[in-house]
This record gives sequence, C-alpha cells and structure tokens, in this order.
Amino acid sequence: MSLLIKGGRVIDPASGRDAVGDVFISEGFIANPTKERPKKTIDARGLVVAPGLIDLAARLREPGEEYKATLASEMDAAVAGGVTSLACPPDTHPPLDEPGLVDMLRRRAKARGRARVYPVGALTVKLAGERLTEMAVLAEAGCVAFSQANQPIADTRMLWRALQYAATFGYPVWLRAEDKWLSQEGCAHDGDMATRLGLAGVPPFTETIALGTMLQLVRATGARVHFCRLSTAAAVEMVRASKKEKLPVTCDVGIYYVHLSEMDLGYYDTQCRLDPPLRSQRDRDALAAGLADGTIDCAVSDHAPVDKDRKQMPFAEAESGATGLELLLPLALKWGEARGLPLAKTLARVTSEPARVLGVPAGRLEPGAPADLVVFDPKAPFLVTAAALKSQGKNSPFLGYELAGRVHATLVAGRVVHEQ
Amino acid sequence: MPRSSPRGAPCNPQLNAKGELQHLLSIEGLPREILVQILDTAESFAGVTEREVKKVPLLRGKSVFNLFFEPSTRTRTTFEIAAKRLSADVINLNIAVSSQTKGESLLDTVANLSAMQADVFVVRHSSSGAPYLIARNVKPHEHVINAGDGRHAHPTQGLLDLYTIRYYKKDFSKLRVAIVGDVLHSRVARSLVHGLTTLGVPEVRAIAPQTLLPAGVQALGVHVFHDMREGLKDCDVVVMLRLQNERMNGALLPSAQEFFKNYGLTADKLALAKKDAIVMHPGPMNRGVEIDSAVADGAHSVILPQVTFGIAVRMAVMSIVAGNR
Repeated sequence: MSLLIKGGRVIDPASGRDAVGDVFISEGFIANPTKERPKKTIDARGLVVAPGLIDLAARLREPGEEYKATLASEMDAAVAGGVTSLACPPDTHPPLDEPGLVDMLRRRAKARGRARVYPVGALTVKLAGERLTEMAVLAEAGCVAFSQANQPIADTRMLWRALQYAATFGYPVWLRAEDKWLSQEGCAHDGDMATRLGLAGVPPFTETIALGTMLQLVRATGARVHFCRLSTAAAVEMVRASKKEKLPVTCDVGIYYVHLSEMDLGYYDTQCRLDPPLRSQRDRDALAAGLADGTIDCAVSDHAPVDKDRKQMPFAEAESGATGLELLLPLALKWGEARGLPLAKTLARVTSEPARVLGVPAGRLEPGAPADLVVFDPKAPFLVTAAALKSQGKNSPFLGYELAGRVHATLVAGRVVHEQ
Repeated sequence: MPRSSPRGAPCNPQLNAKGELQHLLSIEGLPREILVQILDTAESFAGVTEREVKKVPLLRGKSVFNLFFEPSTRTRTTFEIAAKRLSADVINLNIAVSSQTKGESLLDTVANLSAMQADVFVVRHSSSGAPYLIARNVKPHEHVINAGDGRHAHPTQGLLDLYTIRYYKKDFSKLRVAIVGDVLHSRVARSLVHGLTTLGVPEVRAIAPQTLLPAGVQALGVHVFHDMREGLKDCDVVVMLRLQNERMNGALLPSAQEFFKNYGLTADKLALAKKDAIVMHPGPMNRGVEIDSAVADGAHSVILPQVTFGIAVRMAVMSIVAGNR
C-alpha cells in the first residue's frame, strides 16, 4: 500500500458515508483496509476527507490567451482549490474544433501533472454556428462532450441538425440557453438595476425562449443535453418539468449565481460583469433552491480568468467572467450552510453529481475508485486576496471577503499534488 | 478587518467622508440638502453672468480638464464658459478623435492628464458608469464631474432642469411633471427623475411607447402613460426628450412622422396641460420630430433660458466640488 489518510472525517457523497476513519490508497486507487505499512501517512484529524471536486467549466485560457492565464497557473489553482477533474469549454483561441488542439491541450495538462483535464469540443467550426465539427475525430482525441460555450447558435435549423448528429453517436451536448438576438446588446439583467445604471438589459426570457427551443429539439432528437449556467427562476422550473417528463437532460449553475444578484453590481462593479448576467434576487433564490432539491445537478466555477486591464473599464466594455477554481469549494460550503444541508449533500453537487454528468468513475470514495481526494478544513477562514489566489485571474466579486473552507491537501491518482 | 458576505452596499462614491460633494456623478443618491445647496449657489451666480465683468476668482489657479470621449458642442461650451467665469484655466480635450483611436485605455488617458496637474475633470463618455471608474482612480484632491455617461446620468443637465423649474414654479411640492419621448436611452430623463423625486415632486410622468421605456421604469418613481394626451393633462411642466436619428426607423419606431403624430408636442396637445405650463427640452431639438416649431418658439417655451441657467448651475457645481476636500 502506498498511502494512508488517517483519522479524518471521511465523507463520500455518493454512498452517503460520513464518519471518522481512514482512507487507504494503492496504485492510484482507493483500496480496501489492509495491515500493510503505508509508505506515507497524512494526518487528517479534525479535517474532512472527500472526493476531489469535479468542475464542469474551467477555462485554462490555452491555447491563445496566455496573457490572461496559462495552463500552468490555472492547473495549480485547480488543485489548490481541491479540484481534481475539470472540463474546459471550447472557447479558446482558436476554439477547440480540431483534434490537434485537443490533443495538445491534453498532453500539456498531463505533463503538468495536476488535475485531470477533460476538453469539451466545439459543436460547430470556430463556434460560428454554421458548420458541424468532426465530432468523431474530436471524441477520439479526447473530447467528452460538445458545446458552443457562450456563443449561442442563432440558426435553429443548425442547432437541430447538430443535436441530431450528436444524438446519432451518443455524444453529450452542453448548451447554454441564450437567444442571441435578445442578448447581443445587453450586459446586465434587464431589471431595476440596469434601468437605474443605464445599462443595456438582457431580459430573462433570453434564456427561457432558447431553453424552450432546446427542449423541443431534445424531444425531437433524443440528444443528451446538459444545460450550462442556468440563471433564471423560470428556467429552473422548465428543467424541473422536463426531468419529470424523463427527458435526457441535466443542468448546472455557476457557483456565484447562488450567492449574488443584480444588486451586487453596486456602482458598476465590473467583478460582477458575468455571462449570463446576475439576475434578480428571486432568481438567485430559485437557483439556490433548485441546486438543493436536485433540479440543478451540479455547481460549477465557470472559471474565467480576466486580466486587470480588461476589468478596469466601463461596465459594458469590461470583459465578463470571474475566477472560480479556488472559490468553488468555499462558495459551495457557504451555500450548503445557508440552506442547512448536511456536508455530504453539499459536496455531492461538486463531486459525485458532476462525475455522473461527465461519465467518469471519480467523485466517490469506495474501493476501486480513482484516488482523487481533497482534505480540507470546512471551518478554517480563507481571506480572498489577489495574493492568496494561485490563478492568474484575480477577478472575483468576493475579493476582499472572508470565506470558510481551506484546502490542506489534494491528491490526484493517489499522488499529492497540493499540500499546505 | 475583512468584509463579511453577503456583500454589503458600497458607500456612495460621490461623497467624501464628511458627506460633502467630492464628485458629481449622478443625482441619484444625493441628499436633498446638497441639491438645494447647488441650486442656491447657482442662483447667487446668476447675477455674475449678467454683470459687465462676468468673472469671479473662485477657481483662480485651478485647472479644469474637459474630457469629452463623445462629441458635444453645447455641453462642452457651457462647461468651458462656467469654468472661465470662475477664473479657472480650461483645457479642452476631444478624446473621441485622439488617444482612444490609438488604443490608449481610459485610465491611462486620465493618469496622464492627472500628471499634468488637474483639479477638476469634466467627463463625457458613451459608456454608462465611465465617470465612476475615473472617480475611483483619481487622486484625492481631484474632482470628477459627469457631463453625461451613456444612458445613465447627466446630472448637471438634471440640475439645470431643476433650477429652471424652481425659477418658474417656485414650489416643487405641488407639481405635476411630464417627461416625453425616448426615456430608454435618456440620461437626461434619469437624472431629472431622481432630482424631482428627491425634491418632493408628487407626480412625475413618463410618456412614451413601450419600446422607449426601460424595464421596470416605475421603480424610479414615475407613472407611465402611453397616450400623450392623457399624460399631459393638468401638467405644470412638460419636458421633451431628444430622439436620436438612428432610433427613428427600425425596431423601436417605424418612422419620425409616426412618432411625431403620437408623441410630438404640438400646441393642440400642449393645451391639455395647465394654462401656465412650461415646456423644456435639453437640446439639440429635432423640430418636427419631438416638438413642433410653434411650441419650441412659443410663449410656454423656456428652452433658451435653460441654456443660460446651465452656466450658473455648472459654475455652482464646479465651485462646490473644488471647495470640498
């Protein structure tokens, strides 16, 4: 046996196990208890031992945007935040629409030896919404799903064909529901705050109109669709109904969206310039509740490092996005605590549930599962400062705030990749 | 001490620690006392502009930078006149055609000008909130005056509108004010609404088709009317807004003619307002689109006095912010 994590509060959201005990690791996998002497022991007394986080949306900004972040900086940020698997959206420059790019990304990530990286391929060439990508070739290169990232397909016929094609081969499609015509000029939720601040609005039905179209196409094609970044109460309700109808759909929410609303724009705080925009407090509450009752399957960081210059701009001109890999765990804990959820249930939303969406064996602690683990103190305070973040993106609405949840160690395939 | 979430309300960026006006960014959030102080100060300056020597030495030795990222003739000129009458040195920068086209960022431009020893920045920008960004990044002795940002605010225009209304109507507490036209894109409308509600005007009306009203405009404290005749009934003040050319034909409106038919101010429609109603317009006017020439030049019109008052109001704002630390 190679490693023993001793005396921690072991939480396995998949099985519901929550008890003090030991975790045995051998050959990169969780193993059955044994009398053998471990090569290394991690003392986890007073700490939580859980599956590593699985983040379905983390931008590493490679290839093409290394001035915002590099694979090296963001991979370090991931494991510092306890994230052991991450899916990266295809909105790189150029987009992930060719197997060579996907292959390079995977190899560079592997060489860095931190979290596992699962590329999400572009659904259409250059994400332009006009021509299908070679999905079979991309899947062979390692793409786990296909997506348009934040660039909606305007042409409904194209979307229909894309879903038909993906469904033929069983490829999952990850889509953000957004009507391009309604969203194109806006930069904030079309509500009281945008009206007061004089910002062009994105109406809430931007999301529900597109979602309605997509759900119809799921019915028509049988495509497996994962809806990314729900932002409105009405969309949560629509997904709830479609799950009742047994449609093959899942969905996620950005972790910031269960905490913040349009009110947080304050006086043009560009840290709150996100895509989709932060919506009303009622929407935020519905998202937080939907994540708790399972309508929303998982929470993601929607990690988007942005350099300071592009945030130091008038609100509408500033680039959207927030850094999130290192805040996913503390913000998920904060959400769970506010709702009075047991820790196992909170963690399920960032471990076993995203593992199910991704179709990977990680995200659980039973013997035979990959030894991807996080050891953390759920109560230890964590002051969010630029210096404290390993990510090259220091852009977060929570900059300057204190959150609880500090990662002590992160393991991927039984190897300690982060230790504090 | 770290702030604890949920994120608290940020403090008002235009007031200093003593609650005085450090920058003028928006009328929203300004206490009534400050609005009244500005209007009273402007009144005391009104005499200056009529004297033979139209100067007071209040800003002698100070530099006022007119930073116009968006073209403007009228507002820039009135700020320039106001600063000169306060004996300040005025530097006009038409940035729309200089550094921005060279790719310099907004904050770099401001930092460079700040290095040239500015005291007051008068800023116009096409993006809502740009003056807030500048105000957050200037030195403590520098002041920012918003001369119009995107569709957000045009506080000195709002103040001169308030000044005009007070001049002709004296008491705000009994007025019915109608604002007509493109409220959606209007920084003038937003600033005026906040000013009127702060000063206790009991009824502010917005008259426009749905396409020219922002979402939830009622939350600003206005009553919405789509029928202009109904909306003008018994009003004391009628404020017409400018309709930009590019908005006249398209998804918002079918044509300038149809807009004029429904929302253009004619003598006939004005007759529905009170007998002594005043008609205002921030300029520049589109005669025959939002307002008929007969009304623009008629007995109810106070459009030219508005321009004159604008100078006194801008003198007041500049002298007040420059006097606060």
